Parts: sequence; C-alpha cells; structure tokens
Amino acid sequence: MTPSRTAFAAILAKDLRAELRTLQSLPAMALFAVSSYVIFRFGLNHSHLSGALASGVLWVTLLFAAVLGINRLFVAEREEGGFDAIRLAPIDRSVLFTAKVAALIIYLALLELIAVPIFALFFLNSAASLPPLIIVLVLADIGLAATGTLISSMAVNSRARDLLVPLVLLPLVIPLMIAATAATEPLMLLGGVSYHRFGTWLMVLGLYDLIFALLGYAVFDFLLED
Amino acid sequence: MSPDQEPAIRLVGLRRVYGDRAALAGIDLEVARGESLVVLGPNGAGKTTLLRILATLLRPTGGEVELLGCKLPGEAWKLRGKIGYLGHEPLLYRDLSGRENLRFHAKLHGIKGERAEARIEELLEAVKMSHRGDERTYEYSAGMRQRLAICRCVLHEPELLLLDEPDSNLDIPGREIAKTLIGRGGGHTRVVVTHDPDRHLPEADKVLTLGIDEGTVSA
Repeated sequence: MTPSRTAFAAILAKDLRAELRTLQSLPAMALFAVSSYVIFRFGLNHSHLSGALASGVLWVTLLFAAVLGINRLFVAEREEGGFDAIRLAPIDRSVLFTAKVAALIIYLALLELIAVPIFALFFLNSAASLPPLIIVLVLADIGLAATGTLISSMAVNSRARDLLVPLVLLPLVIPLMIAATAATEPLMLLGGVSYHRFGTWLMVLGLYDLIFALLGYAVFDFLLED
Repeated sequence: MSPDQEPAIRLVGLRRVYGDRAALAGIDLEVARGESLVVLGPNGAGKTTLLRILATLLRPTGGEVELLGCKLPGEAWKLRGKIGYLGHEPLLYRDLSGRENLRFHAKLHGIKGERAEARIEELLEAVKMSHRGDERTYEYSAGMRQRLAICRCVLHEPELLLLDEPDSNLDIPGREIAKTLIGRGGGHTRVVVTHDPDRHLPEADKVLTLGIDEGTVSA
C-alpha cells in the first residue's frame, strides 16, 4: 500500500495546481461573496451592522459562496476518470476524502481572506472583532468542508448535481450555522467585543466538526463503490 | 497449489445484472498466468462490464471471481496496484500536463523520486511523446491521449493488463508502439476487449465470445 500521506499530498497538490490554472472555483466564490456584500450594503441601507444582523449577513454570504466551490469539488474526478484512478491505486480510498476536505478548507480560507476584510470595511465600526473571529472561521470551515465534501461526493454522479448539493447540504449545516452565527454575534456588538458564551459555541462547532469528519471518513469508501 | 500455478483469472458462473437485464449471465473461464485472453462480442454484450468487474471497479451480482489468487469482491484491496486498466476513459486530468499526470499516478502507486522520473521518461520516450510531455493533455489529440493512457496503464508494471479497445484512436505507428508496451510477451496476463479480431486473435491464447442473447458464452 502507498503511504496515505504520499497519496494525500499527491491529490491535494493536483487539485490546487488545477485550480490555480483554471480558476474555476475560487474567483466565482469570491465574486459571489463580494457582490452579496455590496447588495446587502445598499439593500439594508445601513452603513454599519452589529450583533445578530452582522453575524447573519457574514455567514449566509460565506455559506452560499462555499456552495459554489462544493458543487465543483469532484467534477474533475467524475468527468476525467479520477474516481477510477483512485479505486485502482493501492491507497486507502478515504485519503481522497481527507485531501478534498483539505482542498476545500484552503479554498474557504482564501475566500475569507478576501471577503471578510471587505465585510468589515462595509459594515463594521472597528476591526477588533476580527482576531477572535478567526477561531470561529477555522472551526466552521472544517465542519463545512467535511460536510460539503461528503455531500459533493454523493451528488457528483447525479445530473441534478447543482440542485442536489444545496438541497442536501443546507439542512445538514443548519447546526453549524447556528453555532457559527451565535459565536460571531457577541464579537460584533455595538458596545465592543464580548465573549459571552463564546467558548460554548466554539465547543458546539468543534463537536460538529468531529462528528462530520468521522462520518465522512467512515462512509466515503462505501460511496466510491459502484 | 503454489501462487505461480494458480490461474490468473478464474470465473465460475459470473453474473452481472442491471435492473431486469443480465449483462453477464453465467461465465465460466480460466486464464493461466502470462496468457492472453481476447474478448469478442457485439455492442452491449457485456465486454466492458466484464472488464470493469475484473478491474475491481464493478461488483459482480453472482458467481465466483478469483484474480491472481484473490477472491472478489472481498479481497479486491489486495489487487490494487497489480492491475493495469485501459478503459474508454484515459483517466487523465485535462488541466495537468502529460508528465504531471504520470507523476500523479506514480505517487498514487508509491513510485517516487528518481525511480518515478526515470520510468516516466522511459515511457514517454517509448510512445514518442517526450517533446510534448509538458503540454496540458487537453491540447493533445485523441491518439496522443491514448498513448499517454497506455503509459499510465503500465507505469506501475502491473501483473494483469485489462485493455478495452487498446487501439482506439491510434494511428498505425501508434499501434506498433502500443504493441511494445501492452502487447503479448511482457510477462503479464492480458485481457483484451476488441472489435478487431484480425489484429488481436493472432496474439490470443484463449478467446471468449460474448453474445447478446442473455449473455451466451463460448470459450
């Protein structure tokens, strides 16, 4: 058997190289997020947002932008025979799951590197909430990537892939979004950053990550079967 | 029976059903190690289904399948890396170059470093594609993609070659080149699915003809 770390690095490097060359996912995700913030900025007619509203605008936009990337995560494997190549190789098939989760986390981190500063510029009075927000973003990205990879691998063989991913994914990430928005809300209060129940919601995010990462790892081999 | 004496392929009553239709309805067959089996039959007779079952890409519905001493589907994991599969799809990423594709597959098969580079150059040289190896494969013609797919198929020096129309899209020089890599005599067991019996029957030790009437088989 090929060591899992070798296969993981090969698949991840292949995905990142292909994305760098084709720019099929990231620019679309970033453009969607930035456009949405512009629409919110003028649609809500508020120059500043705080609390639950700020948190909601941030996370709803990031979630829908992520769906664009999740939709395309396995397209190359499906259309160019990558699934068969993985199934023929002497590797643990779950490595494909972990490599795709890692690729999606990188896409989400890059998306947030662009979108979150623009969000702060449009809606926040100060940047004080951004450092603690990084912890929330990291934990939410892990959960979103694990769930998104699982759903994307299930939907990719369907002709209704573009419809199926949001239909199945969005209900599954409701707990993740509740925890992420609840953890973010006190960071964006008008009176300044608060850490009220911040730790509790981080633990909920961590638990969600653990459950879906383990679930994806456990069932992915089965999903690759004919 | 020692591993060398075991048949490379042993099928007993192999069946594969899609819904109500039997694509393969009870095939019995033995192929010894190093032999070449040519599979003939009209479109829809189940040739590709048979090949995908042998490649461990498809589960049989019934019957027994034993490959290189491993029973399918339970021991399929033991066979990974021992099979070279050339199907309808080249299994190449269009946004990677020829060399990058082969490096990717080499890593998946645990071939690393200088050994991988030497093997990749040897194969690209063999299929006369060294000078085009750094171009992305979407720039290749169908014949060039097939040449690269042949490199991908034999990169890890498999014991069993499963070849579905290996000459498709190849010109005459390309066919001769392919023969050196996937032809008879390389020490591997071969299963060749073809619509061109004139070309492949002379290399066959056994012939399996699949019929379209409920999987009629003659061997």
